[in-house]
Amino acid sequence: MQQTPTVPEARAFAVRSRTDLGEPILSVRGLKTHFVMDEGTVRAVDGVSFDVHPGEVVGIVGESGCGKSVALKSVLRLIQKPGRIVAGEIMYRRPGRNGARPELELDLATLPPLGRRIRQIRGGDIALIPQEPMASFSPLHTIGDQIVEAIRLHDPMSVADARKLAIAKLREVGMPSPEQRFRAYSWQLSGGLRQRAIIAMALSCNPAILVADEPTTAIDVTTQAQVLQLLRVLQQEHGSAIVFITHDLGVIAQLADHVVVMYLGRVMEQGPVRSIFHTPRHPYTRALLQSVPSVHSEARVQLPTIAGGIPHPLYRPPGCPFHPRCPDAMPGTCDVRVPAMVDDGSGQPVACFLHHDVAEADDGA
Amino acid sequence: MHWFILKRLLIIPFLLLIFSVISFVLIQAPPGDFLTSYIAELAQGGTTIDQAQIDALRRQYGLDRPIYMQYLLWVGNLLQGDLGVSLEWRRANVELIGERLVLTLALTTASLIFTWAVAIPIGILSATRQYSALDYVFTVLNYIGLATPNFLLALVLMWIAFDRFGMTVTGLFSPEYAQAPWSWGRFVNLLQHLWLPMIVLGVAGTAQIARVVRANLLDELGKPYSEMARAKGLPEWKLVLKYPTRVAIAPVISTLGWYVPQLLSGGLVVSVVMSLPTIGPLLLRALIGQDMYLAGTIILIFCVLTVIGTLISDILLALLDPRIRMEGN
Repeated sequence: MQQTPTVPEARAFAVRSRTDLGEPILSVRGLKTHFVMDEGTVRAVDGVSFDVHPGEVVGIVGESGCGKSVALKSVLRLIQKPGRIVAGEIMYRRPGRNGARPELELDLATLPPLGRRIRQIRGGDIALIPQEPMASFSPLHTIGDQIVEAIRLHDPMSVADARKLAIAKLREVGMPSPEQRFRAYSWQLSGGLRQRAIIAMALSCNPAILVADEPTTAIDVTTQAQVLQLLRVLQQEHGSAIVFITHDLGVIAQLADHVVVMYLGRVMEQGPVRSIFHTPRHPYTRALLQSVPSVHSEARVQLPTIAGGIPHPLYRPPGCPFHPRCPDAMPGTCDVRVPAMVDDGSGQPVACFLHHDVAEADDGA
Repeated sequence: MHWFILKRLLIIPFLLLIFSVISFVLIQAPPGDFLTSYIAELAQGGTTIDQAQIDALRRQYGLDRPIYMQYLLWVGNLLQGDLGVSLEWRRANVELIGERLVLTLALTTASLIFTWAVAIPIGILSATRQYSALDYVFTVLNYIGLATPNFLLALVLMWIAFDRFGMTVTGLFSPEYAQAPWSWGRFVNLLQHLWLPMIVLGVAGTAQIARVVRANLLDELGKPYSEMARAKGLPEWKLVLKYPTRVAIAPVISTLGWYVPQLLSGGLVVSVVMSLPTIGPLLLRALIGQDMYLAGTIILIFCVLTVIGTLISDILLALLDPRIRMEGN
C-alpha cells in the first residue's frame, strides 16, 4: 500500500497557527487573470482567494500550468499583455512600522501597473524572489550595483550608505566575503550563491511580504535545503510573511504553515499544513499526495499517477475543472456546476461537491 | 582591459599583410594590365601606338617585371610611407586620395551618427510600445526606408530641393569653396552640404538598425532580469534604458567595423549621382583603368579603416559587456 507523505514530526520550524497571527496582511479575493488572445481567452487564474497573515508562510502548490505563478505575479501587478486582471481584489494592509512607513490599506488590483504607488509597494513592501537567479540579475551590472539600486529606490540614502547596507545584507544571507561579491557579476557566482544574492536583494528593503516563485527549482538538491533553511531563518528574524509557490510537496511540508492547492486557475482546497497532509478533503489533493514517492513505500512498485492530462488551456472543462480526472466525479453535478470554496468551520475550506452543495454564483462564465 | 586592447593591436600588422596580398592579387586578376586598357582607350580614340613605345612604357612603369616583384616594390614603398604614383593620372596617389579620404570619412561619420541617433530611439520606442499605432507607423517607414534605393532617394531629394527651394545640392561644397584651401568658411560650407548625402546614405541603415534594436529589445524585455528590475519598483523608462537596451544595442555596435566598406560600395552610386568628391568614384575609375597602384592603395586604406572600425567596436563592446572585458582573465 502506498504511503502518502506526511508533515515530519521533527520539522525544523514549528507550524504557526493562524489564530496567533492577527489580521491578514494580504487578502486576495476572487482574483481572475485572463490572457485574451486571437485564439481565445486563457483563464490562467479564474477565481482565486487566499489570505496571508503577518509572519506566516503560505505555500501554493499545483501542477505546472495551474496558474500559481500568474496568481503571484498578479499580486505584484507584473502581468504583461495580453494578460489582464479582469476581476477580484488584492487587499494589502500594511501596519505602520516604527513610524518609517505609514499604515496603509490598498486594493492592489485597482492600481495602474506602471504607476508610482504600485512601484513603491514592489520591492519595498512586497519583494519577489524569482525562479531563475541566474537570469534574474543583469549580466552587465554587478550584484552590488543592482542591490544598491533596489535599496535607494525605496529608501533615499547616499550610495555609500546603501553600499554598506547591501554588504550587510549579503553577509546576513551567508555570502562568503561579501565585500568582494558586491563587485562580482552574477555569472561569476555559483547557483546557490546567486540565489543568496537574490534573497539579499529581496530583503534589502525589509519587505512585509516575500513572494517566492519556485525559489529552489533551479538549484541542486543540497543547495535547495540550505536555501529553504535560510529563507525560514530570515523570515523568523524579520517577521516577514512568505508566499511561495512550488510543485514540490516536500518543500511545502518543510516550510509552509498554510497550504493553498491550485488546479487550472482555481483553488481546490486550502488549510493548515498538517490538515492538508493528514486529512486531505479534495480528491485532487489526495491524488497529488499519493503521486509522491515515499521512503516507506515498497521498491519497484509503480507510483500512482493522476489519470488523464491537464486540459488544453483554451478548452477548459465545464463545471469543476478537475471532474474529467476525478475518481469521485458525480455526473450531472460536477460537470455542470462550479463548486464554490466553502469553509464548514474546520478551517480547511474546500471547493468540492462531495463536501457541500454550494456552486459558484456566476458558474465561471 | 589593457590586455584586451593590446592583443587586438598586435594582430593588426598580420591582418594588413594578408589584406595587401589579397587586394594585390584581386587587382591583378583581370586579364591584361594598365597598358592594355590604355592602348584600348587610345585605339578607341583613333590613335595607334607602336610596339617599341609600348615596350618603353611597360619598362617605365615596371610592368615587365614578375608579379611578385611588382608586389614587393609596392609594399616596400608603402612601408616607407610612399603611397606610389597613379599610372593613369601621373600624379602621386597621396594627392589624389588625400582630400577625398577626409571627405569620405566626414560623410561616413556623419551618416553613422545620424543612423544611430535616429535608429536606436525608434527601435526602443517601437519595442516598448509594440503593436501600438506608433509602432506600426515606424514599421511602415522602416520598410519604405529599406526598400528605397538610395540613389533614387538622392534624385528625389535633389529634385525637391531644386524645384521648391531653387537649391543645387550636388557636391559637398559651393563652387567658390570647391578648390579653396581649408578655412573656417570652407568647413561651414561643408556642413551646409553634408546633411543631404548624410541622410541619403543613412536611411537604409537606419531602417535596418531600428528593426534589429526593436527585435532584440523585445527579446530582452521578456527576460527575467527585466521583470526582476520591475519587481524592485524601478520606473519603466529607467529600467528599459539601464538593462535591456544595453544588451539590445550590442549587435548594432558590433557592425561599426563594416560600416566603412559598406558605405564605400553602397554609397558609390550616390556619390556619382550627387557628384560627391568622395573616394568611391576614384576607386571605380582606377579599377576600370587597371590603375593598379592607385586601386590597391585605396583598397588597402579601406582595409585599415575597417580594422580600426572593428577595433573601436570591440572596445565599445568590452566597455558595454563585462563578459567580453574579462574574457581570458
